[in-house]
Amino acid sequence: MNITINGTSQQLDTAKNLSEIVAGFCKQPKHVITELNGNIIPSEKWPQTTLKNGDALELVTFVGGG
Amino acid sequence: MPWNWSPSSVVVKMTDPALVIAGKSFTSRFLLGTGKFKSKNDLAQSIAASGSQIVTVALRRIDLERHEENILEFIPPHVTLLTNTSGARNAQEAVRIARLAKASGCGNWVKIEVINDSKYLLPDNQETIKATEILAAEGFVVLPYITPDLYTARALVKAGAATVMPLGSFIGSNQGLKTKEFIQVLIDEIDLPIIVDAGIGAPSQAAEAMEMGADAVLVNTAVASAQDPATLARAFALAVEAGRMAYLSGLPLKNFLANASSPLTGFLYDDVPAN
Repeated sequence: MNITINGTSQQLDTAKNLSEIVAGFCKQPKHVITELNGNIIPSEKWPQTTLKNGDALELVTFVGGG
Repeated sequence: MPWNWSPSSVVVKMTDPALVIAGKSFTSRFLLGTGKFKSKNDLAQSIAASGSQIVTVALRRIDLERHEENILEFIPPHVTLLTNTSGARNAQEAVRIARLAKASGCGNWVKIEVINDSKYLLPDNQETIKATEILAAEGFVVLPYITPDLYTARALVKAGAATVMPLGSFIGSNQGLKTKEFIQVLIDEIDLPIIVDAGIGAPSQAAEAMEMGADAVLVNTAVASAQDPATLARAFALAVEAGRMAYLSGLPLKNFLANASSPLTGFLYDDVPAN
């Protein structure tokens, strides 16, 4: 299964839910915000959100800024 | 007796009303940006030294390759987070970033920053008005960053902005108040807090903005790029306070000609001073 995370193509062996994706791909999983195919997914919905082939996921967080 | 007066007992009659934004009161009128600090430790110390009660942050894609400590771990919980929409090139992108920030659960305060020019990095006032209308209607507390312009500021008031944030000079330029006259127009005409943002490179410039009657000042680059950021953050905080006090004192106007400080009569001689 192929999905796009932050603009980069990623190969997944098995279907994963959003909680597993965040835990697997984010070195620092606190304060992560997810947007799946343009829709914001609140963290309480991550466990029941399973990714499908071709999904585009954005993982964003806070950084320094003025 | 006058010789028993302490500085604080004399100025105590001058009470400064708190800065109120969207119903929330702040005693500090100095906002700090968190970008470009050499280390997170420098940032944490600068926030403490600044006494700032509002700090700005940005949103970016997570770096999947590197482990970085999250900036929020270095911002004290009593500080109000103001997420900017940097990276947005139009209203739609600014709205998207603001909604993402809100989804984090870290509040709904957003600094609208729409920039579509890579040379001068000037904010796009038209797109900023559009984003403000949409986000204010959704219940966000919206602090729009603009090129100072009266008509834009009036449109922002109508759109539901919580403040207006005019730039002093090009962002990151440390040039001070190049737009001074236009900021003064906003201070005089707009019934919202005016927060001078961008271009303030020295405490004297921050004091100047406050003496004019600005409600607050936001600084980032100058503090972040100082050799000793925390000390400069403190110097800015003192300058903002000094400028505010000067404004409240009813700072006298400038005169074009000289005006003697000592009496011009009762000299120890009778002839008239020479021209």
